[in-house]
Amino acid sequence: MKVLTANRLTDGEAIWYAGARGWAETIAEADVAGDKAGEAELEAAGKAAFANNEVVDVELIDVELVDGLIRPVRLRERIRAAGPTNRLDLGKQARTAA
Amino acid sequence: MYRYDEFDQDFVKARVAEFTDQVERRLAGEITEEQFRPLRLMNGVYLQLHAYMLRIAIPYGTLNTGQLRMLAHIARRYDKGYGHFTTRQNIQFNWPALSDIPAILADLASVEMHAIQTSGNCIRNVTADHFAGAAADEVADPRPYAEILRQWSSVHPEFSYLPRKFKIAVTGAERDRAAIQTHDIGLHLKKNAEGELGFAVYVGGGQGRTPMVAKKIRDFLPEKHLLSYATAILRVYNLYGRRDNKYKARIKILVHETGTEEFARQVEAEWAALKDQELTLPEADIAAINAYFAPPALAARPEGDEVVKLARLDSKSFADWVDQNVITHRRPDYAAVTISLKGIGEAPGDASDSQMEAVADIADQYAFGEIRVSHEQNLILPHVARADLKAVYDALVEIELATPNSGLITDIIACPGLDYCALANARSISVAQEISRRFASLERQRDIGELKLKISGCINACGHHHVGHIGILGVEKKGAELYQVTLGGSADEHTAVGEIIGRGFGPDEITDAIETVVETYLAHRLDRSENFLDAYRRLGPAPFKEALYGGEAKAA
Repeated sequence: MKVLTANRLTDGEAIWYAGARGWAETIAEADVAGDKAGEAELEAAGKAAFANNEVVDVELIDVELVDGLIRPVRLRERIRAAGPTNRLDLGKQARTAA
Repeated sequence: MYRYDEFDQDFVKARVAEFTDQVERRLAGEITEEQFRPLRLMNGVYLQLHAYMLRIAIPYGTLNTGQLRMLAHIARRYDKGYGHFTTRQNIQFNWPALSDIPAILADLASVEMHAIQTSGNCIRNVTADHFAGAAADEVADPRPYAEILRQWSSVHPEFSYLPRKFKIAVTGAERDRAAIQTHDIGLHLKKNAEGELGFAVYVGGGQGRTPMVAKKIRDFLPEKHLLSYATAILRVYNLYGRRDNKYKARIKILVHETGTEEFARQVEAEWAALKDQELTLPEADIAAINAYFAPPALAARPEGDEVVKLARLDSKSFADWVDQNVITHRRPDYAAVTISLKGIGEAPGDASDSQMEAVADIADQYAFGEIRVSHEQNLILPHVARADLKAVYDALVEIELATPNSGLITDIIACPGLDYCALANARSISVAQEISRRFASLERQRDIGELKLKISGCINACGHHHVGHIGILGVEKKGAELYQVTLGGSADEHTAVGEIIGRGFGPDEITDAIETVVETYLAHRLDRSENFLDAYRRLGPAPFKEALYGGEAKAA
């Protein structure tokens, strides 16, 4: 399973592609591709958004579903999706804690 | 300290205007990311995991209070209320919006600061001993020469597209506090038998995936030849340094592959064609730059000894802080103070906006308005009257920056690691925090004595792990963090690269492993006067391997 992630051009915010809902600021809202066709769709959306100067550093990343929630396989992406592990008051995790 | 002249100010303003236009065009979609990326990097703007990152140059780590207050303002207004002081005496902000960066750069320009050449394959911020101008053992202040190098290397047309980045460090004392032998060029300012100033020149040091200790290619270079000789080195590097392989492009590889003698011969040959011409530094110019770094008028404050003596009797915590964070000044009534940014369990090198402002206030009141950033990620007040030490200490306690751990095991250097950095493979900060908490007892730290622990979250070695007495390198193995331990490195006048001690440790094992290393040292040292590094050099790795791996090591 994969999701498409990037950073927003204007402010660098880590974002995930959420299909018709555009780009979301939390990974929970991301569209998950379960097969090659789905991945190709995500990739095409990423290329279009990059070409349209909306996003940079576009990447398809591996995820799994844990208790129904999207969880990146790599620690790097888990930290991107949450925020620095030493500062729980920063990044996306700060929103859920609030 | 150095003040911009008209040329400097106009240049920096023009660069702000130029980059502002480039950002506007990027945001309007008029230039592509491919076109913009090299432009933003030339202005210190990186893209990290969570956001953009802006790296701001602090030349030779010297700040005035107006500059530090501006950094606090930027942290508060444009970022998330803190900044991260780096191992190259710079500061990084981890959360700026690209659209705000032109305004940040304009604010910086108003206090004679910028982010130029904090990235890219050019000559980066020139670093120097953080006790420059204050240290009792200094021959001369290295910063005027660092400033001369800064002026020469800023947008130098010949050296703006080198094979790879290029770092220069200068020390003015025999005891090297600037880690010059880990730099592309290391300069040791000294006097010859005739009392003239000049430099021992080291070339080809560096860390990263191929750590090398710099080689001395000249024992004494008269000061007036600084720029012609540096130009000769850079020319040889620019011509022969490898551009086909990023990992072999630093000058350390060229020096290593060419051989030190042959490399030195090439530099001398190049220099012969440059010497005694336009790059020769006129005495008047050296004197003019030196004048900017004239020490403040340090009035006699003979009451200091008595004041400190009484305050020590009154407060053990003050006495501990004086013993650990205060060093001898060249003037006996004064001292240089290390403000530890390594509070127990804190992220090394981070300071909040209000802490920065408070440090600026303290520096204005008690330290002639001058602050330094050390490559060990602490702040320094270089000139404090001993009579004012208690007042400074009390003010630092108020802002939780009075941790008395300078040079001890919790005074850890750590890169941002995987919590922020796009290049990292593993976290550094969390490891530093856990080790710091484990060794929180000051009594225990002082029993262990001087111990430099350095952590990098990838092989690029921003956390200087290769030259830590104990070094920790984070790697990714099968999707998980793994930490390799190196022992016996050092970054002083006897620079050495540490040796990997054995297989790595998981995140939940690494603190125990470090404790085992430390306990092994304590069990084997001759007495308290033999510090960790000396003991390791005497003992070698065997007892440490045995303690860490036991029978496993024997079987292997």
